[in-house]
Amino acid sequence: MSGRTTKSKGVLKRAIAYLLLLCWTVVCLYPFLWMLSSTFRPETEIGSLNPIPGRVTLENYRLVFAKIPIARAFANSLFVSLSATAGVLIFTSMIGYALSRLRFRGRDSIFAVVLFTMTLPFQITLIPMYVLMVKFGWNDTYYALIVPYLINAFAIVVFRQYFKSVPEDLLDAARIDGCSDFGILFRIMWPLSVPALITVAIITFMNIWNEVLWPIIVIRKWELMTMPQLVALFAVGGKAEGLLGVRLAAASLLALPIVIAYAFFQRYFIASMATTGLKS
Amino acid sequence: MSVAPGAIDGKTQTRRHWAAGSRSTRSSRSAGYVLVLPYIAHFLTFVAFPLVFSFLLIFHRWDILSAMKWVGLANVRRLLHDPVFFRALANTGVFLLIHIPLQIVIALTLAVFLNEKLPLRGFFRAVFFLPVVVSGVVTTMLWDSLYAQDTGVLNNLLSSMGLGRVPWLTSPLMAMPSIAFMATWKNVGLYIVLFIVGLQSIPQYLYEAADIEGASSWRKFRDITLPMLNPTVVMVLILSTIGGFSLFIEPYIMTGGGPIRSTLSAVLYIYNQAFQFNHMGYAATLGFFFALIVFLVVILQKRVVERETGL
Repeated sequence: MSGRTTKSKGVLKRAIAYLLLLCWTVVCLYPFLWMLSSTFRPETEIGSLNPIPGRVTLENYRLVFAKIPIARAFANSLFVSLSATAGVLIFTSMIGYALSRLRFRGRDSIFAVVLFTMTLPFQITLIPMYVLMVKFGWNDTYYALIVPYLINAFAIVVFRQYFKSVPEDLLDAARIDGCSDFGILFRIMWPLSVPALITVAIITFMNIWNEVLWPIIVIRKWELMTMPQLVALFAVGGKAEGLLGVRLAAASLLALPIVIAYAFFQRYFIASMATTGLKS
Repeated sequence: MSVAPGAIDGKTQTRRHWAAGSRSTRSSRSAGYVLVLPYIAHFLTFVAFPLVFSFLLIFHRWDILSAMKWVGLANVRRLLHDPVFFRALANTGVFLLIHIPLQIVIALTLAVFLNEKLPLRGFFRAVFFLPVVVSGVVTTMLWDSLYAQDTGVLNNLLSSMGLGRVPWLTSPLMAMPSIAFMATWKNVGLYIVLFIVGLQSIPQYLYEAADIEGASSWRKFRDITLPMLNPTVVMVLILSTIGGFSLFIEPYIMTGGGPIRSTLSAVLYIYNQAFQFNHMGYAATLGFFFALIVFLVVILQKRVVERETGL
């Protein structure tokens, strides 16, 4: 008797679970599907709730490519994000290695400084950073989009934590064989720390790819703009001439690269982002 | 597994180990400095200098083109009498008051279900996480069209159900809540994952003990799950607060801070002061005070939550 009630209770619980999960799935996916289908519709049909377009047109995409240098912006974003991510992997793993495996005076104070910079709200350094770019003559150059991002405290903490778990014997063995610290880092630590490298790479790449405030501040030339910046300015400026389909086509093109990356590395994206909880 | 080649008997091993140790401490000291050098250079240029300079800017009037002019505490005095500064603070407060509870309720509910061994669990998680990875520019432009007064899908849906059209972004009362709904929709996936991590760290024996005592599911949730999730809740509170004070692209694209400044965010106000009016000194002052407030609010939240749970 009691067994049957708990069983039917379990079925009921499961039904409620699926109902809620399905509801949120629709809430998450429907807007994206609606956006995608709107980009293939003529302007007059966009308000429709039906996600399947009646008449398919590529006019919206043609207009995006005609009005803004979006292919160039894609290349800019790719170049900036890839070079900054490569830099972050190299520099922060160097620092993480030094802070976890080498002994030198001031090591602990440097780590304290790293932790301090992590708690620093960006609002405080925003204006002086802009002034710095002006003084360096880096406005409207790739330098402004790459160099400030080359090191970040979060990546250092991830590497330091991960490198700590590598057994000391391995390092000693390498030292006896005459391996330098750079050799140890790149030939022993790196191959043993693939999960940490993936975490840092995904977080860094995503943050820089999606960053929009900083490019808006330091880049004014259309041909140097990153993709999110160009699309955002397209949305607020007069260039879209109030055409909804064209704006959504630009937004879809902006979403595409990250959605493709996400489709392939979904597990890594979620696991990496979960570690950002470390931040607090 | 990782024995050094040539370390056959204990004696040679210890001797070699010792020799290597002394050599490595000397070399590692200089190597340590070489390896952290990029960090120190980066820190001095992009953290220490901006911090000091931001502090100096507070006492100056500067349009970035002409020379800096010392004005003492004029910027701080102006800030304390600036209704727009307080408006931006209040707007952030409205955002957080809607965003935080909504976010915690939705994320926690879905996380509790996703934590059970259901078929399709990976699919749901992947879908819920999609808005998190997509650029804020995309989600803002998307919701901007969903919220549109006459052509937007949301209002078309409401009117097809016989309800009135809502001025989502055009009424000063609705605009900030609308932005908070959108931000919740975008971030829930991340908080679901954080809550799942939190749920999985709760030791199973607590539930087993409660089962022996004959506790109901609700009792177990209230007396075990919720208190054990407190560290996650603190994390969610802190991340949301930082997010609220960082709002920029949402009002920049959707409303430009309007109507009647009802969606003017902290960062948008700093941006306007610096890049529309060239008030670098005042913009830096705003940045300094907003940062200070974020810092204090975060510490306060931590304290309060920790005291409530008696940790």
